[in-house]
Amino acid sequence: MWRYIAQRVLVSIPVIIMVGIITFTLVYIGPGDPAAIIAGDEATPEILERIRHDLGFDRPFPVQMGEWFLNLLRGDLGTSYFSGREITELITPRLQPTLSLGFQVVVLSTIIGISAGMLAAWKAGTRLDKNLMIFAVLGFATPGFWLAFLTIWVFAVNLGWFPVIGYKPLSAGLIPHLHSMFLPVMVNSILASAFISRITRSAMLEVLREDYIRTARAKGASEFSVFLRHAFRPSAIPVATVIGASIAGLATGFVLTETIFAIPGLGRMLVDAIVRRDYPIIQALLMVVATVLIGVNLIVDILYAYIDPRIRY
Amino acid sequence: MAEVLLKVKNLSTLFRTEGGVVKAVDNISFEVRAGETFALVGESGCGKSVTALSIMRLIPTPPGEITSGTVEFDGIDLLKLRNREMRAIRGSKIGMIFQEPMSSLNPVLTIQSQLAEPLKIHMKLSSGAANDRAEELVNMVGIPDARARLQQYPHELSGGQRQRIMIAMAMSCAPRLLIADEATTALDVTIQAQILDLMQDVTEQSGTSLLIITHNLGIVARYADRVAVMYAGKLREVSDASDMYAEPQHPYTVGLLRSVPRLDSDKGAPLTPIAGEIPDLTDLPDGCAFNPRCPWAVERCFTDDPELEEISTGKQVACFEHASVALHD
Repeated sequence: MWRYIAQRVLVSIPVIIMVGIITFTLVYIGPGDPAAIIAGDEATPEILERIRHDLGFDRPFPVQMGEWFLNLLRGDLGTSYFSGREITELITPRLQPTLSLGFQVVVLSTIIGISAGMLAAWKAGTRLDKNLMIFAVLGFATPGFWLAFLTIWVFAVNLGWFPVIGYKPLSAGLIPHLHSMFLPVMVNSILASAFISRITRSAMLEVLREDYIRTARAKGASEFSVFLRHAFRPSAIPVATVIGASIAGLATGFVLTETIFAIPGLGRMLVDAIVRRDYPIIQALLMVVATVLIGVNLIVDILYAYIDPRIRY
Repeated sequence: MAEVLLKVKNLSTLFRTEGGVVKAVDNISFEVRAGETFALVGESGCGKSVTALSIMRLIPTPPGEITSGTVEFDGIDLLKLRNREMRAIRGSKIGMIFQEPMSSLNPVLTIQSQLAEPLKIHMKLSSGAANDRAEELVNMVGIPDARARLQQYPHELSGGQRQRIMIAMAMSCAPRLLIADEATTALDVTIQAQILDLMQDVTEQSGTSLLIITHNLGIVARYADRVAVMYAGKLREVSDASDMYAEPQHPYTVGLLRSVPRLDSDKGAPLTPIAGEIPDLTDLPDGCAFNPRCPWAVERCFTDDPELEEISTGKQVACFEHASVALHD
């Protein structure tokens, strides 16, 4: 098991390096001249030239990329063109809202999705099953931004149960924090759990047709035990895959969510950086998101091996 | 004569499929006595596995449905029990072994947890006691290094070992009846014999009746006390195993015996397959379902379906022409 985990971790390193190369190159060849942005509209060619020289833009591409990687290794994500501040410093306060949102959504959508999927499989073919699956189809056919606006309109504007905007950090207390996050968490959880529940249902139904389920019944196991003890774990592999994929989906979905609900997280930061062409921030955030996703994949891979003892790469 | 342990009477099980209603088991009756080995023989799709699953009430419903009959086990009609009462019988009074050793054990649970499960369910053993008993069971079925095996997963064992584990599991609560549904079909011939010998040993020691379901006449000859031949959902001949080989009375039995090599037949004698094919179960011919393939068929066979009737002590045949079949063979 440890050997397997070590292997997966080692394999992740070249992936991160590749992501870094692609990220840096894309931003490098992207449109817009950062020097012009920093200098403003009135800059003379001489000023532009000096800015380029000061920031090292006149050096060859491999040198710039090499320096960027070396800085990354030291934990230095670079300096913002716009504010001139260290990016690590800028990111730190933005982490909590995004991580909190992500954690709540993953936990909630996993619980809702797996329970709904198992319930539907347990009652397969009944009206309950059909209703649950209609909700699931609606769930992943609904655009997130539309549902977000709808919930804001109903629960925040009309009913007044939740604030329209106004993020409260954890330091303001757990209840106020959860209260201020309730709508974005619900919207994302409902959408993510729709997919998880469908996959859980179909995976369970497939496993329930297996010979070893018949063996379990022939032993006198109760239906409850057949379901939870014998059928759930073998069907958890596709479920784990989908949860991993939905985390990747969340990472991009947060750009929207944080913008609509005015949450000062990494998603908003990325949007602002793109608007200002603040390339170091874009590069840094892409690296952070990519690293998180690679980490999530790593966890999913390790989970596979835990779920199914036959899996060893 | 030993007491009757299992008495199946007028059992019918059908499946509602898109192609129509399949009478997989059609009004069959037979008895298994305490301590005996009873074989149910027939080609694939004749309804023998459905019979076993009907006894265990493990028919997937829908599409399957037991439509009539009684399955008396130790004086109790299993078909009338509540689900909870039936679960108390499965794995404790009746054990069952399935065809596919590769897929019949749960791939994500250790051998130990799967072996200990029926002990915990039925005998209410604690985890520790169940695990100790599991180790004894692994020893009993002749797998070396039992303690290490218990911590392994099914994929780490060979097919023969897995089937031994299945036997250990089915026998763990000392059942009165063991049903082996094509339990050795997927194994090598040498392993087949070992597994069957093992089943015979463990059932003989505990006085457990053994219901073998197979298409292999060699297995029947070697292990069975009595045998029932099934064709297209119905029993065609029930007799002592030795009688069936010596004096088959149903044309289908004759056909089966002629299609396999026998040590006591003339050297070089050709094998004769049964002409024709198994009929479509959704569209059986009128009269006796075997009539399209039967060399003895007379006019009556195409209009009437013969019932299973006792023609001598312990011998039942469902054929109008059984007397001439017996003469000509």
